[in-house]
Amino acid sequence: MLKKSFRKNWDLYLLISPVIAYFIIFHYVPMYGIQIAFKDFIATKGIWGSEWVGLKHFERFFDSYYFWRLIKNTLGIGIYTLAVSFPIPIIIALMLNEVRNEKYKKFVQTVIYAPHFLSTVVVVGMLILFLKPDGIINQTITLFGGNPVDFMTEPGWFKSLYVFSDVWQTMGWSSIIYLAALTAVDHSQHEAAMIDGASRIQRIWHINIPAIMPTIVILFILNAGSVMSVGFEKVFLMQNTLNMSTSDVISTFVYRSGILEAQYSFSAAVGLFNSVINFIMLIMVNAIAKKINNTSLW
Amino acid sequence: MFNVVNILLLSFITVLVLYPLYFVVSASFSNPTYILKGEMWLWPKGFNVDSYTKVFENKDIVNGFINTLKYTTIGTLINLIMTIMAAYPLSRKDFYGKNVIMAIFVFTMFFGGGLIPTYLLIRDLGMIDTLWVMVIPNAVAVWNIIIMRTFFQTTIPLELQESAQIDGCGNIRILLKIVLPLSMPVIAVMILFYAVGHWNSYFQALIYLSDKENFPLQLILREILIRGEMDEMIKATSETFLNQKLSVEGLKYAVLIVANLPMLILYPFLQRYFVKGFMVGSIKG
Repeated sequence: MLKKSFRKNWDLYLLISPVIAYFIIFHYVPMYGIQIAFKDFIATKGIWGSEWVGLKHFERFFDSYYFWRLIKNTLGIGIYTLAVSFPIPIIIALMLNEVRNEKYKKFVQTVIYAPHFLSTVVVVGMLILFLKPDGIINQTITLFGGNPVDFMTEPGWFKSLYVFSDVWQTMGWSSIIYLAALTAVDHSQHEAAMIDGASRIQRIWHINIPAIMPTIVILFILNAGSVMSVGFEKVFLMQNTLNMSTSDVISTFVYRSGILEAQYSFSAAVGLFNSVINFIMLIMVNAIAKKINNTSLW
Repeated sequence: MFNVVNILLLSFITVLVLYPLYFVVSASFSNPTYILKGEMWLWPKGFNVDSYTKVFENKDIVNGFINTLKYTTIGTLINLIMTIMAAYPLSRKDFYGKNVIMAIFVFTMFFGGGLIPTYLLIRDLGMIDTLWVMVIPNAVAVWNIIIMRTFFQTTIPLELQESAQIDGCGNIRILLKIVLPLSMPVIAVMILFYAVGHWNSYFQALIYLSDKENFPLQLILREILIRGEMDEMIKATSETFLNQKLSVEGLKYAVLIVANLPMLILYPFLQRYFVKGFMVGSIKG
């Protein structure tokens, strides 16, 4: 039997030490740096030497004209995404699981996984090419006698374009994890249900869905925990001066005020506000899931 | 009945995913005039490869391609080594303190310093506008450590490692001679995940790179496809306005294909691995 021992496994500790060092430097040092949100950061004085100013930067953010707009857009996009792109992969996995023809199943999987490997720049680039005033979508609209729409600059379209292009890109890949969970379903349960005269739909509803419920709950917790952290990458690429009223979210605001305008303390405060809300939401959803479903992250 | 509806719905979804991809391929080989007139919707019309010639004549695109290739190769190598260095000790039952170390790693998945403190750190480390900023700050992903650790735990019998140890084999030799050769499926998956990540990343470059010589392909793509800066560049030449517009239109489709070329080539080979790898990681994940 292998014994737990520092001395015998010294080489394993040596092996993992660069990784620990990496996490400390690139993840925990920035956490230490969060304190600049409560200071007036001056580069020459450094993080430690700069003066404490309490909640000044937070107050400025809460009082600013942008505050409610950012909250509304960030939450709006987050909840819209959760409501649409969370259930679709589950449905696709349940459908794929019912396909008996292996070749056809393989083909569908190959196709729907593919967009996952495209970059955000490519996806947004395609979106712009297809949706511009003389692009293929508008050509189709005019063909049927409609009026062309400038989708990318119309604020009302922003959220839907964001969410549905996300569905297009991620639904296939996200279904893999549910498909994996479905392979673990005990076949004898299906046989027993068939003898009792259960239909395909009834068997999916009463056997397959309960079987993947723990996976669904875990992924829901993870997704709900990041409702407020709408990704910077795609929003930033889809953003333009004309759709700003619906496309400006916390992460793009942090980038603008922090990196472009060098207001380090202020945007660190905005960023911290965002992470704290995310963290609280994660803990809350986790606690609720634990209570009603006995499934939780920890 | 159920089967028919199921197959029809799935086919509809498949077409919905496939058509935009197919359209791009078809458009890249077409004469741009037909694309703008809306006459090209299925087969390439006015077949030609002029758009591709323009892509390869463009100095920025070629340079970006080379930079991305460099970042992806070096970055993936670092990722792979770091992931193994973390996952192997953590997979060992006799590694004292593995739960504490795992907790330190996992916590970073849920909470971080955010953009600004990270930016200041990287600036203080003098990494801005260097190769290192593209490969070091994302040297390893916690999720991939978990997948690899789970693979080691579930597929490499501990008895095998124990017997090697009794024969006088050290930990590092067990890793190199026994564990890694048996772990090719998960290593393939890791290479795929990390390489795709590097190939597609633009955030890191956007924030930390300012010299155009260092720009990866994704940043160049952003200038061409999203900011429309290509239009400006081509206006400088003596072509007529309509010809300029057409050239740019065709180039946009071709550059989309070129940007995804490595993936298009690798995808069929790696596909059988990633489902397997994903399953290995998710069962106990």
